[in-house]
Amino acid sequence: MTTVQWLPLAVISASLVPGLMNFFLGEERHGTRVALNIAAAVLKLTLVVVMLAGVSSGEIYEVRVRLLPTADLVLHADALSLLFVTLSASLWLLTTLYAVAYLDGSSHRSRFFGFFSLCVSATAGIALAGNLLTLLLFYEALTLATYPLVVHRGTQEALAAGRLYLAYTLSGGMVLLIAVAWLRSLVGPLDFVPGGLLREHYVDATKLVVIFALLVIGFGVKAALVPLHGWLPRAMVAPAPVSALLHAVAVVKAGVFGIVRVVYDVYGIDLAQSLGVLGPLAVFASVTIVWGSVRALQQDELKKRLAFSTVSQVAYIALGTAVLGPIATIGGLVHLVHQGLMKITLFFCAGNLAETLGIHHVSEMRGVGRRMPLTMTAFTVAAFGMIGIPPIAGFISKWYLGLGAVSVGAHWVLGVLMISTVLNAAYFLPTVYAAWFQEPEDPWPRESVSTRTIETRWMLLLPPLVTGAAALAAGLLAGGSLSPLAWAQFIVAQEYRP
Amino acid sequence: MTGLGYVVVGLVLAAMGIWGVVVLAHPLRKLLALNILGSGVFLVLVAVADRGAGQAVDPVPHALVLTGLVVAVSATALGLVLMLRSDDDRAAPSRDQSDDKGVG
Amino acid sequence: MPLGIDDALPFAVVLPAVAAVAAVVMPHWGRAVGLVGGLMTAAAVVVIAFGNRVGGPIRYALGGWPAPLGIELAADGLAVVMLALVATVMLTAGVYALRYFDHDGGAEPALFWPLALLLWTGLNALALSADAFNVYVTLEVVSLAGVGLCALGGRGEAIVAALRYLLAGMLASLLYLLGVALLYVEHGTLDIATLAQVAVTGAAGFVAVPCILAGLALKAALFPLHFWLPAAHANANAPVSALLSALVVKAALYLVLRWWLAGLGMGLGPILVQLLGALGAAAVLWGSVQALVAARLKLSVAYSTVAQMGYLFLLFPLAANPTTASTAWAGIVYLVVAHGLAKAALFLASGSVLRAHGHDRLGELAGLLPRSPITKFAIGLSGVSLIGLPFSGGFVGKWLLLNAAIVSGQWWWVALIFAGSLLAAAYVFRIVALLFAQSESPIDVAPQHSPMLMELPALGLALAAVGLGFAYPALESTLALPDMLGDHAR
Repeated sequence: MTTVQWLPLAVISASLVPGLMNFFLGEERHGTRVALNIAAAVLKLTLVVVMLAGVSSGEIYEVRVRLLPTADLVLHADALSLLFVTLSASLWLLTTLYAVAYLDGSSHRSRFFGFFSLCVSATAGIALAGNLLTLLLFYEALTLATYPLVVHRGTQEALAAGRLYLAYTLSGGMVLLIAVAWLRSLVGPLDFVPGGLLREHYVDATKLVVIFALLVIGFGVKAALVPLHGWLPRAMVAPAPVSALLHAVAVVKAGVFGIVRVVYDVYGIDLAQSLGVLGPLAVFASVTIVWGSVRALQQDELKKRLAFSTVSQVAYIALGTAVLGPIATIGGLVHLVHQGLMKITLFFCAGNLAETLGIHHVSEMRGVGRRMPLTMTAFTVAAFGMIGIPPIAGFISKWYLGLGAVSVGAHWVLGVLMISTVLNAAYFLPTVYAAWFQEPEDPWPRESVSTRTIETRWMLLLPPLVTGAAALAAGLLAGGSLSPLAWAQFIVAQEYRP
Repeated sequence: MTGLGYVVVGLVLAAMGIWGVVVLAHPLRKLLALNILGSGVFLVLVAVADRGAGQAVDPVPHALVLTGLVVAVSATALGLVLMLRSDDDRAAPSRDQSDDKGVG
Repeated sequence: MPLGIDDALPFAVVLPAVAAVAAVVMPHWGRAVGLVGGLMTAAAVVVIAFGNRVGGPIRYALGGWPAPLGIELAADGLAVVMLALVATVMLTAGVYALRYFDHDGGAEPALFWPLALLLWTGLNALALSADAFNVYVTLEVVSLAGVGLCALGGRGEAIVAALRYLLAGMLASLLYLLGVALLYVEHGTLDIATLAQVAVTGAAGFVAVPCILAGLALKAALFPLHFWLPAAHANANAPVSALLSALVVKAALYLVLRWWLAGLGMGLGPILVQLLGALGAAAVLWGSVQALVAARLKLSVAYSTVAQMGYLFLLFPLAANPTTASTAWAGIVYLVVAHGLAKAALFLASGSVLRAHGHDRLGELAGLLPRSPITKFAIGLSGVSLIGLPFSGGFVGKWLLLNAAIVSGQWWWVALIFAGSLLAAAYVFRIVALLFAQSESPIDVAPQHSPMLMELPALGLALAAVGLGFAYPALESTLALPDMLGDHAR
């Protein structure tokens, strides 16, 4: 085993440096900008793949820089980091392609791609953080980098959504900061340890429970756990690529990733169980799952429906973390990837409908399947996956969650999964049915791309097809050695090692 | 009067000065009140230099008073200049506007 | 006789003074004199910082006369930090001023360079002085130069604001002097290090200590004695606003720190200590709310100074507990520097906005702010540091204060930092949102481009404020409390 220092830094720099370069690129230099961003995304993905191979063969990647008294900036790549960073790096490449086409001809593109890259850098920092302080630093940096994207359009509505976003996330960040400072004052450096860093310390249980609650609230804001989810539907005012990458992957996943880290690598499963904090977390997650689905059912605006669906689906990951036992944990972790693949597909498709036909509402989707068959095929696969229909990825997640819950005797979780599945079906199936089997009544609201070649521009079409296929493959090939499921099992094998 | 008497008078003057600065409205009165406060403080410093009959006075407080006087005079002068300037501005508002145009 | 490193101490005071005189004598050469004098002063500061780093605190007796009649200069860690902050902000604001005054259709006002150099002289002398009376004189030099700069080339409101500033400053100085005089009566010395330890023990201290604290609080604009600050800082020319907000209020605070460092804080007792903290808390809340509702950009930035100065008075309660004293101390010094850099950057950037639009009414700026990303970044990054978000110097300072509050069990200050950060975020993002807002008026009133020499200084300072977030390990030894205490207590 060797320790390689530069790779985690390189992974972050691969998007940070091009991100900063974007800002100083003239607005009219489209070709250069496209080349720069795609090259950076490819480079980053390559570096991540190298790291992925290294970690699976036991290499240690770690950088440690002194930043504060008794608190270092630590980047450390472990299996869990890689799960998240691989997801974000792959989807960044696809989203970059998508964004190039989606934003074609709009203003402020240098700014957009600049902050977009900064977001991906912050996400990589969160994934690779080796202690709680580093995680917190990048978590706050992510807030700062996403704000400009939320308000990108500059309208009153966008600015209001931005204010709301900041009110939620910065408050959450401050709660988190206090929790981290408090915990640090009790136990010193907060480096993540598989099995829990608090195992080695004796601390008053009441304090630990309060700190746990603060940490979950802090991370729960970005993870959009009910009732901390208010910002997410409003943030849908952002352009589609932002909704896709940030609200399906980067921001909400950063929150839930933080919760996973806290439960497994800070408190540790044994301590968390003996403190009795996981039960309330599971209830918190379950309420979110059901409430998000109910609200999704009430939305007519497609992106809002997807947003509430995100609220619901991300809570599966928290649920899998809170329900003890390795099998449910696998279900939660693998859903981190599966939900990302499926939800980004849905957002890409929603963006295509809006961009090509001006469709923003579910009620306008009648017959759109015949007009845009490829887009709607991807949409249908992802929607079925969300419901949990085999053999798509979402089924694997739900299967493991249910199995895990039963194996530890938490039968009520099955009830939550059942209700959620019914609700998922209730808000996705009519959409899919209308798209394929109903006749369009009116002309499309605003048709902008001519039909002479394919249904829409290829750079808009390719990303959802790829992610849709990936969601299908992740389910079909779940037993394979390169699947997200296999990696989740690899992680769990480390966390549950006695 | 003994040294202590001067100290007491100085403190009374200082208190009157502070009262004046806080209560009086016109800037000129405030400036005068500050000078009374200053006189009080300097009187205290002059008085405390007395080390008793037959002994040389302590040079340090006297050095302080000299420096303090210079500072107080400069500040008062600056205050008066500023007051004149602001009165000028108020007397001739039209000049302001013409100046603004010149800037634009 | 070869010059030693300790000879740099008088140079740091004499060079800007000589340059100030030269700038008065040769008004047409003001810029050249200002820049050359500034660079030479900065060089002296670099030598002092180097000497301090290598050999620890440096002392120098002017003309070989010992204290109390002679003047002794001393450079410890705190002094070096102050000297470096002053030099950085002075130089960048000076470069900025080269083009800022161009817009008025001419050169900078004749007295700009002499007054700025005089201010620099006063600040350096203040940083290096160790006795209570010299400090009074230097504080007066700083105040008078500050008032002069504030009134410079201004009309109407600026003059009235400068006058109020002057009156408040005079009152503060005389209160301070009265306190020092009373202490001298009782203890017969003017050495801060000696006085601070015995001040609260004697009968005179009963009046003297409140006089000294009130005088310094008035100059440092601690709530509710801040009334003079917003108008003075908001109405001055932008480079002057930067100097006033980043440096001049810090001069008074520097003295507060000196007295505290010498031992005053330990004797104040728990009630007074918490009271000072409470005033700081009121400043944080009141200043932030006023910044949030201010109608003008520069007024908002000025109120932010009132708020940020409030944090610095948390030193008293947070450092009262011996276990957290060094953490709180490092946090406060960090905030002094981070705020100085960020606030100067924000005022310089605001000046660019003001110049490009001809006004700074926040309601009419949406979408029209400078197109160049440089000024936008300067505003954004300095805002990040003011809020205290990572990665920035402001974050490090806030983290240290938060740790001190938690470890000493003073949870009410944790709550204050929580509320203060969110309020700061609210007023900063109120400005930042304008950078992203679409223009509401389609009329073609595109702002003028600002010259690079105005944009780059603001960005440079903002980057420095952010970079400070990574500098803790390098500055740790400079900020270490025990050494300073040991040294000043002799």
